[in-house]
Amino acid sequence: MILEVKNLAFSYHKNEKQIFHDVNISLEAGEVLTILGPNGAGKSTLLNCLANLLKPTKGEILLNGKSHEEMSLREVARILGYVPQNHAATYAYRVRDFVVMGRAPYLGIFEKPKQADYEIANRIIRELGIEKYADKPYTEISGGERQQAMIARAITQEPKIIMFDEPTNHLDFGNQMRTIMKIKDLAGKGYAVIMTTHMPNHAIMLQGKTAILNRAGELICGKTEEIITDENLRDIYRVDVRVIDVEEAGGKLCVFAQNQLRRSSALNYQKTG
Amino acid sequence: MGTNNPELNNRSSKRLSGAGFSVILIVLILLTVAIFFVSICVGKFSVPLGDVARLFLQKAGFSVPMTWDQRAEGVIFTLRLPRTLGALLVGGALSLSGSAYQGVFKNPLVSPDILGVSSGACVGAATAILIGLGAFGVQAFAFVLGVLTVGLTLLIPRLLRNSAMTMLVLAGVIVKGIMDSAMGIIKYLADPETQLASITYWLMGSMTKVTMKDLLSVGPVIIVCAAVIILLRWRINILSLGDNEAKALGVNLKVTRGIIILCSTLLTASSVCICGTIGWVGLVIPHLSRIVAGQDNTRSIPASFFMGAVFMMLIDLLARNITSMELPLSILTGIIGAPFYIIVLSGQRMKLS
Repeated sequence: MILEVKNLAFSYHKNEKQIFHDVNISLEAGEVLTILGPNGAGKSTLLNCLANLLKPTKGEILLNGKSHEEMSLREVARILGYVPQNHAATYAYRVRDFVVMGRAPYLGIFEKPKQADYEIANRIIRELGIEKYADKPYTEISGGERQQAMIARAITQEPKIIMFDEPTNHLDFGNQMRTIMKIKDLAGKGYAVIMTTHMPNHAIMLQGKTAILNRAGELICGKTEEIITDENLRDIYRVDVRVIDVEEAGGKLCVFAQNQLRRSSALNYQKTG
Repeated sequence: MGTNNPELNNRSSKRLSGAGFSVILIVLILLTVAIFFVSICVGKFSVPLGDVARLFLQKAGFSVPMTWDQRAEGVIFTLRLPRTLGALLVGGALSLSGSAYQGVFKNPLVSPDILGVSSGACVGAATAILIGLGAFGVQAFAFVLGVLTVGLTLLIPRLLRNSAMTMLVLAGVIVKGIMDSAMGIIKYLADPETQLASITYWLMGSMTKVTMKDLLSVGPVIIVCAAVIILLRWRINILSLGDNEAKALGVNLKVTRGIIILCSTLLTASSVCICGTIGWVGLVIPHLSRIVAGQDNTRSIPASFFMGAVFMMLIDLLARNITSMELPLSILTGIIGAPFYIIVLSGQRMKLS
């Protein structure tokens, strides 16, 4: 088991309402876990706990069988790569120099990346096919390109687990699908992948495991096809959602029941009229 | 600061090769040495370069024919050498400290006194002048109060249990406000004939009173702190991505940031205590060095030390030569640095949001 989470709970301040509690997750190499949940349910908070950025109030996280608490930030960073939500950088570092920052957990405090570190970064840049902007300033590439650079940086950490915080946010439809394919690809290469998303269809495409963090701060986790059901999705999003079979798309899809839309506009019409 | 002019973009986005950067660094070092000697030679009492060289050789123990004016030795070794070395070290220290702060606070508008080190040092120096202490007392008070002020600033986020960077910056604003009020009281109480004049003079910065003894006490601090920051320059790149990303990359934020803030504070406090407060250098030179050497701190940080040194020696040279009386340094750094900042900003592409 590459990642094991036992009875995890978190609250920002003592005696305050817990963001989530009794969270249990287990993940193996090559598995994908998609975390769904309403806005503000605490998906990012959960990821931040897993990445050791926040300290959980209760419970235990085991990476490769070793408890988080016994590990330094450097050790965690060698096992777990984190791709944060798209952000704007202040300084225009070259993309290549940005990617090589993934070597930080392997370098001493006074060291800077050497030839060998750049070779690792360059190889990953080639593998991801992002050479064409590898020498551009990080501040001048598009959101999708920036995400690729962050993925490259995470892989440069040579981790076992890669976590994505809402990787499809702010991306156009094509880039969203490419990101999903990339994530599947990474799982195929043996990385355990965790991502949060607002799109249940992304979970369906990725198969693997899905977890739902609900409004009560509970996490239900299981095989995607068992978790993505009409009832569960209606519970998260509080709208009429159906999971249907679409032959042309080659599988199930989650759709919004449009007759509800017609009904609501008719209602509005009555009100204003 | 995005600019839509492609030509300008290309110019500043072009990244130097490793060799290109080495050339720049060597040129900067040679420039530092050259300006150093110019500064030693030029002044109200000019000494030819040959005589300066012979004087240095004689000091080093060689026997050389005495070709120089009798007064030259005194002028060079008791007046010009200390102030030139002082300008070199202070310029380098302030620029380096500015570069480090701008990286760590991921904000290019930050200057070395963001945490209140200069305001604290001013209050310290003014208090010493007010109670009639000598030069050493003024320096000691300035240094200690400068460092204590930063300590106070760092304490506020702890008391509020909020470790966000913005909280630290706000704490700096608050503490600076208190120190400025204290400064107001001291100025109000000071004797306008004698004390107020020397307080004001000190507030505007000058190399006139720098002695060899000052350099021996402050120089080692500056050199050690500068070396530590230069060694940590790649970590500054990572810290500039933000707290969470740095932590996710395995960086021990508290220790790394703590060392950088400590060294930057000591650099500024050491500078301020020997020559008073000098504005603009720590803000403008880091920008200039990013334009010349690139945004990567592994390059711009070493470059900023030498650029600061050259800039400060030139300012000091101007301060004592353009008029018959000597000008305070901050007047010149303001007149030259502020308009220069506009040019620098127009040539730089960064996101100021």
